[in-house]
Amino acid sequence: MFVVDTLTQRLKRGCETVAYPQGPAPALPDRHGGALRVDAAKCAEGCSACVPVCPTQAIARPSFAKASDGAAGGAIELDLGRCIFCAACVEVCPTKAITQTGDHRMAVQRRADLRLGQPGGEEVRLAGALDEKLRRMFGRSLRLRQVSAGGCNACEADVNVLGTIGWDLSRFGIQFVASPRHADGLLITGPVTQNMRLALVKTYAAVPAPKIVIAVGACAIAGGPFVGHAQQCDGAASVVPVDLFIPGCPPHPLTILDGLLRMLGRLEEKSASRG
Amino acid sequence: MSAPREFAPLGNATSLPWTEVPEWPVAKLVDATAAQLAGGGRLCAWLGVPEGGVTRLVAVVAFDADNTLAVARSTAVEPPTGVPFAVSHRYPALTPRCAQAHLFEREVWEQHGLVPDGHPWLKPVRRSAGHAPAVGEFFRVEGREVHEVAVGPVHAGVIEPGHFRFQCAGEEVLHLEIALGYQHRGIEDALAGGPHRATLSQMETIAGDSTIAHATAHALVCEALAGAEAPLRAQWLRAVALELERLANHTGDLGALANDVAFLPTAAACGKTRGDFLNLTALVCGNRFGRGLVRPGGCAHDLEPERAAQLLDRLRTALAEVETAVAWLWDASSVRARFEGTGVLTDEQAADLGLVGPAARASGLVRDVRYDHPAGWHRFAQMPVAVWPGGDVFARARVRSLEVQRSGQFLVGQLAAAPDGPVCDVAGPLAVDSLAVALVEGWRGETCHVALTDAGGRFRRYKIVDPSFHNWTGLALALRGQAISDFPLCNKSFNLSYCGFDL
Repeated sequence: MFVVDTLTQRLKRGCETVAYPQGPAPALPDRHGGALRVDAAKCAEGCSACVPVCPTQAIARPSFAKASDGAAGGAIELDLGRCIFCAACVEVCPTKAITQTGDHRMAVQRRADLRLGQPGGEEVRLAGALDEKLRRMFGRSLRLRQVSAGGCNACEADVNVLGTIGWDLSRFGIQFVASPRHADGLLITGPVTQNMRLALVKTYAAVPAPKIVIAVGACAIAGGPFVGHAQQCDGAASVVPVDLFIPGCPPHPLTILDGLLRMLGRLEEKSASRG
Repeated sequence: MSAPREFAPLGNATSLPWTEVPEWPVAKLVDATAAQLAGGGRLCAWLGVPEGGVTRLVAVVAFDADNTLAVARSTAVEPPTGVPFAVSHRYPALTPRCAQAHLFEREVWEQHGLVPDGHPWLKPVRRSAGHAPAVGEFFRVEGREVHEVAVGPVHAGVIEPGHFRFQCAGEEVLHLEIALGYQHRGIEDALAGGPHRATLSQMETIAGDSTIAHATAHALVCEALAGAEAPLRAQWLRAVALELERLANHTGDLGALANDVAFLPTAAACGKTRGDFLNLTALVCGNRFGRGLVRPGGCAHDLEPERAAQLLDRLRTALAEVETAVAWLWDASSVRARFEGTGVLTDEQAADLGLVGPAARASGLVRDVRYDHPAGWHRFAQMPVAVWPGGDVFARARVRSLEVQRSGQFLVGQLAAAPDGPVCDVAGPLAVDSLAVALVEGWRGETCHVALTDAGGRFRRYKIVDPSFHNWTGLALALRGQAISDFPLCNKSFNLSYCGFDL
């Protein structure tokens, strides 16, 4: 009887795909916190409380050594690419210079756009769309080959989840394919282990040009919790050119989807923005 | 049966001074371990401890029926005397007598250079230095009709990398050899001298889908070494998070198994419900995989009554959805025809290999850390062990479906009975020169962490045994005699971790 049963259930449940991006984006979990904002001007003089608590060494205060001599402390710089969103810095900051924005949007085109702290650079400088030529080519049909190069299976899982009925990634013409020969680009997770380096290089070479590369997660952007280990390469950009960086540990599926659609120029800023 | 005199007994999540670990010449340690494994013991860990230029071996054995663990060590394995040139340090291998030691001895050889004399298949486990993992000799079947199929490291799906080498006669797989190591990130190396500030994040990403299991095992080890337990409420919250992790992954696996036999209603429904379970973990701590929740000393977030009520409400909905979707699966004769008799692993094979988790329980083995070696909250709240005979894909799916039900019932009960109190305590300094062992039943099975501290209370050696380390060989054996086209289905029925193995 499962045929009748399934059909009945299916009808009862209706469409379960998120309304986004036509409708509002679903809210992030309240304890997620979203992207960080750094107002370095608020830093207390001589304070570097956030620097040692960061597990991935994402925060630096370059001239702190001088500050301890009585000179003015330099601006802190937070690299959201390295960030694993543990919020330890937010909790420890006495002046609320580092705050959570609750914003799911974090994808950028240039690595430097993830460095927060400088005046005008308090928040991430979100990615724009691809140039017109690439956009015409990939905007309505993008085939990606996923390469896990030391990923812990969390980024992979939250990429996979975009393919479920809840997100239905293929409605945007984005699909994951089995062969790099069939792909328009790579989506890379993991810090790129030494043992996967060659496989990644070969997979990249097998994708026909023009091609794009997307680095998903703190590991693929900068090595994540493994930064500095000799067994890995501190991120995909050290091996192949990267066109889109999506931070997180792992990034929420909404953050990944936002990044993909942003790059393809498929987002109406009006509906994507949540205030 | 009580722990033999060659071993020092200890409970799960406890520690003892290194000097109290009995020390034997290496041949005697191998004999004693073999005797215990033959008498019903199970090898949880077999590791080398470097000491100057030499290495000691440490054996951790579980006596499931007695609810105890036991540990012993060897004296330093010395090179043969009277040899004028440098030679490898050797010892008589355990593997010829106990198959479950085979990967452990290969690992010790790769990590410390100790040669197990008589090991039948000595080759690297991860190729952590030098060539890529698949470079080297593979077991080959010769014959005119025999051909070889090489798959990976990059696979067709969104999945981690590994290399599979099949020896086939036509469609039939005669032998499968699995070469891993592509995901090696140097986690154990980095732990020396720790804990460091990145340690907890690394524990949470050993295997990203088992964040709670590994973080809890690490926290238990640290707490045992610090001589302090986490507050009861934290233990309760960890138990809740562990079952949420199990629910998400088992549900995802049942959907993926349905997908692999082209039964799409269950695949679609479970794919979505899995996300709902992940979102419940995110409700507790903000992260869908439970990162930032468990830490030595307790938990970083509390589950306040209102939040618990919301969790329970959403949990009931998700459980009902899984129940319905999985009922379709069991109802469909086409699914049963594909699941039954596929990828059979006999009880004897599973026992010999020392399999753990749902894969072991699907071969009729009653082993579950939550029941056999309860630590933390599982001392106060139990759930029945889900066992199914047969050892085929059907049994492995069935065990998961039973565990979904039991985890669900456990959570519904526990969420209504939370202990009061704080969720976090200050984690004290670690005891010096001590050894601690913690086992946690993650959704894949026994997650084992062994820590040994130095004279300064820092980690001198830290060994992580992901359940996948025990189970990958089970997959290889289950493939024998199968059609190669059934590999994806068999692989999914085990769903083992690549990064958890590679570390």
